[in-house]
Amino acid sequence: MKFMSKFEGPWSTPKEPLDIKTGEWRSQRPVTKREKCRQCGWCFIFCPAGCIEEKAHYFTADLDYCKGCGVCSNVCPAKAIMMIREEI
Amino acid sequence: MSSIDLRGQIRVLDGNRAGAYGVLLCKPDVIASYPITPQTPLLETLYKFEAEGLFDPEMVEPEGENSAMGTLIGACAAGGRTFTATSSQGLSFMNDAYLLAAGNRFPIVMAIGMREQVSPHGVISGQQDAVLVKDHGWIQIYTESCQEILDSIIMAYRLAEDEDVLLPVNVCYEGFYLSHHSQRVEIPRQEEVDAFLAPLKGMNRLKWTLEEPMVFSSYTVPPELYTEYRYKMCMAHQRAKAKFDEIDREFAAKFGRSYGGQIEEYRTEDAEIIIVTMGCSTGTAKVVVDRKRDEGVKVGLVKIRMFRPSPKERLIKVLNGKKAIGVIDRNVCYAWNCGHNYIEIKTVLSDLDRPLPVLLDFIAGLGGADITDKHVEKVVERTIDAAKGKTYEPVTWLSLE
Repeated sequence: MKFMSKFEGPWSTPKEPLDIKTGEWRSQRPVTKREKCRQCGWCFIFCPAGCIEEKAHYFTADLDYCKGCGVCSNVCPAKAIMMIREEI
Repeated sequence: MSSIDLRGQIRVLDGNRAGAYGVLLCKPDVIASYPITPQTPLLETLYKFEAEGLFDPEMVEPEGENSAMGTLIGACAAGGRTFTATSSQGLSFMNDAYLLAAGNRFPIVMAIGMREQVSPHGVISGQQDAVLVKDHGWIQIYTESCQEILDSIIMAYRLAEDEDVLLPVNVCYEGFYLSHHSQRVEIPRQEEVDAFLAPLKGMNRLKWTLEEPMVFSSYTVPPELYTEYRYKMCMAHQRAKAKFDEIDREFAAKFGRSYGGQIEEYRTEDAEIIIVTMGCSTGTAKVVVDRKRDEGVKVGLVKIRMFRPSPKERLIKVLNGKKAIGVIDRNVCYAWNCGHNYIEIKTVLSDLDRPLPVLLDFIAGLGGADITDKHVEKVVERTIDAAKGKTYEPVTWLSLE
């Protein structure tokens, strides 16, 4: 019997066994201007996908999971996040 | 000391109150339940316990049964011990959360004060509400007496939270006949129940925490994974059967009361015909079996305790070599014009040695009707006649005769 999950039920950590790369759905991506970021963490709080990561001096989205909804850009009080079209 | 703290005493209690003592002794962390007849006094008793400071669970008053079960799903995910109870349409209203609880493998214990289902509307006893959800993934234990309700709730926690099982468990008892009838009940002492449930503390159980967030009831699952979850749940059901027998044996050693585990076998060893019952009519049927035994009739009785998962192996063992089986069903399966246990036993027949026993079904006690000793006597007599080779009706609607 081959099993994909180590769990008994339909449970998953953020990565295992269900690592759905929701970033593949994205049509635009957030880009943080690092020098403008005040590290207030609003993007972290509001991101519906929970994919904002805190770096040493700024916050940025994990593009594997970011769906490009633009909420972070909208709530950023420092206007440090721009949305840029994804091009093929 | 509190006037209602009866732990360690022998008292006369109805089924709802006996059940409430079972819950009290298991010390749940969260209780969320919505009142519905005939389960309401159970809930009222739990609130009394809390008001008197006998235990201190989180008592949630939801706006309906669906939210009650939803609350417990969350509480269970956080690692809590949970309890709820419902009946009839309350169970139907809970249905999607009821499925979620089983699918997510959350070991919730829920009592069902069984009552007929609509339509027609009836605040009357029956088993239809609980048997309707027989393939929703819950373990279901049916009880015969008020004492058995109390004891089964304690056993239900041992079974549900076992790391090899992790499934929600229903403790079912017929409304009014058990819920509102009083009997002698031995209420165990707290230390005894604590000791009985102690092995659960060392068991492996996942907890959803803020530090290590997890997803449950995950969707967009690939078909292979979906199938895997179904398979694992099926295996857990199969493991629960022998586990329940073990728990019953351990319970007997600690408390001096045994119910036989998955099924109770009553005077079956040398029996030629077997009466199959489930729920409170078993008591009446046992009296008739004794009476017939005194007349020299070799009749025995099998009480189905664990309706889900099916006690197939135990049934095969006890029914092998018998001449005839009479099933008393307090529920209906429209599709096959019979009761649900008739279908269950018929399925088991294919695994028995030849010649197969003759199988008869008797639908009785619907809509709150009594199943009297006269009814059971008819069942025994007709089953004997069938065993002797006389022609017989496979299914009889006993109350309509």
